[in-house]
Amino acid sequence: MISVRNLVVQIGDRTILDGVHFELPSQGFLAVLGPNGGGKSTLVRCLLRLQPFKGHIDFDARAADQIEFGALIGYVPQIKTLDRTFPAKASELVATALKKKWPWTMNAACSSIVEGALERVGAAHLKDQQIRNLSGGELQRVYLARAVIGNPKLLILDEPSAGVDQAGAADLLEIVESYRKSAGATVIMVTHDWEVAFHHATHVLVLKTKQISFGTADQALTDGAIREAFGHVGHSHGVLLGGHSHA
Amino acid sequence: MPEFLVHPFMQRALLAGMMLSALSGYYGVFLVQRKLSFLGAGLGHAAFGGIALGLLLGVQPLWIALPFTVLVAAGISWVKSHTRLTGDTAIGIFFSVSVALGILFLSLKSGQQTDAFSYLFGSILSVSNTDVLTSLALFATGILTLWTHWAAWAYASFDEEAALIEGLPVRTHDTLLTALIALTIVLSVKIVGILLVAAWMVIPAAAGRLLSPTFRLMTLGAVAISAISAVVGLYLSYALDLPSGAVIVLVQSAIFGIALIYQKIRST
Repeated sequence: MISVRNLVVQIGDRTILDGVHFELPSQGFLAVLGPNGGGKSTLVRCLLRLQPFKGHIDFDARAADQIEFGALIGYVPQIKTLDRTFPAKASELVATALKKKWPWTMNAACSSIVEGALERVGAAHLKDQQIRNLSGGELQRVYLARAVIGNPKLLILDEPSAGVDQAGAADLLEIVESYRKSAGATVIMVTHDWEVAFHHATHVLVLKTKQISFGTADQALTDGAIREAFGHVGHSHGVLLGGHSHA
Repeated sequence: MPEFLVHPFMQRALLAGMMLSALSGYYGVFLVQRKLSFLGAGLGHAAFGGIALGLLLGVQPLWIALPFTVLVAAGISWVKSHTRLTGDTAIGIFFSVSVALGILFLSLKSGQQTDAFSYLFGSILSVSNTDVLTSLALFATGILTLWTHWAAWAYASFDEEAALIEGLPVRTHDTLLTALIALTIVLSVKIVGILLVAAWMVIPAAAGRLLSPTFRLMTLGAVAISAISAVVGLYLSYALDLPSGAVIVLVQSAIFGIALIYQKIRST
């Protein structure tokens, strides 16, 4: 279980997150929604210990700073921020999760584990490709392979569909779901995609500096919560009126 | 023994030139991948301030320029991480202050400024035994970091956040890298000169980048291109009686041009 209690983040005199408080059960799938600047990525940075915060974040009752990181958490960052000019092959990028540094060379054992991880996400054929030649969707798969290589119990994805076409995003989501079920893992995904929140997530968190709502999709994605977060119901109408939530 | 190697000054220039060029290629790949090429120029001009102070005080300029440039590097890092200013702004400020101080120090020194000119443009005649020994110590340190720090520096160059998540001491590593780059620049100034020292660090790495599919090969390529350019450039400088720095950088540029053409042909 992931327990976030009274999380507050202030940068300078600006409050980025204020009083975020939720408990996500093991093997849950949390979609984090909110407007741009609402604190979604900051929440991810807190979970990853990159952002100082007030409050508590516990993973299975262990505080965030006591975690053996690679073993517990796999992270897929936003690919739009990645430096594509870096001369690297997909296999080297995946190997960084094993070596915890950039690989000078890879021995047979390392290569075999890397190939296994790439195969798991349907990207074995990309092993020797240079990252600058990969499409957005392919690169996301490589990052996903890197994230799951240590069989983490928590998988965090920050806007995985940004910079990826619709088919690629759907494929990625399928792989994430499949990993969650096979590994018994918990998933936290920052997304702008209402469909994901409504149809795949077991829990939804709506953030706009403050926690607007948390619960199952039905509980969290109310008209009131969406209006408060986004100022209008907008394109969520179709989903809200016609969809069925996962939970 | 080839005729040009008979002269002790040439032997010293070649020895120091090969070691420092290899180091410049090695550290240059981090400057290029981190988009910090301007740092090379900034630290080169910081070295000018230190050298001028050494000349004014009548002390061996190297011993003043080394700590002076490392201090400037630390100042740039501090301003970058503790203020809202970006790295290039911090470099621009320290760059200008150092040059201004250098000009001031030189103007206070009476007599001819020949020494200062050899530092500005580089001179193979100026490399002393002390320079060779200091270069050797720095070279040994560089080889050591290939085992101890290359992989961590490379990881942080690719994705600083990922390196931080893995718990790597990125800030400490960055400080060490910047200090080693500063030391390499100060020692290289005698051979290539202050005006061209940034190019000396950046061009081989840029050529290596064009030719290499991996960061390891980029590193090895940059070191090889840099060392070959230094040897060829020093020989041409001696044979044609031309300023060493300009000749070496032109050789580097020629290799970069070939790499660029090769890459364009390969990608069409």
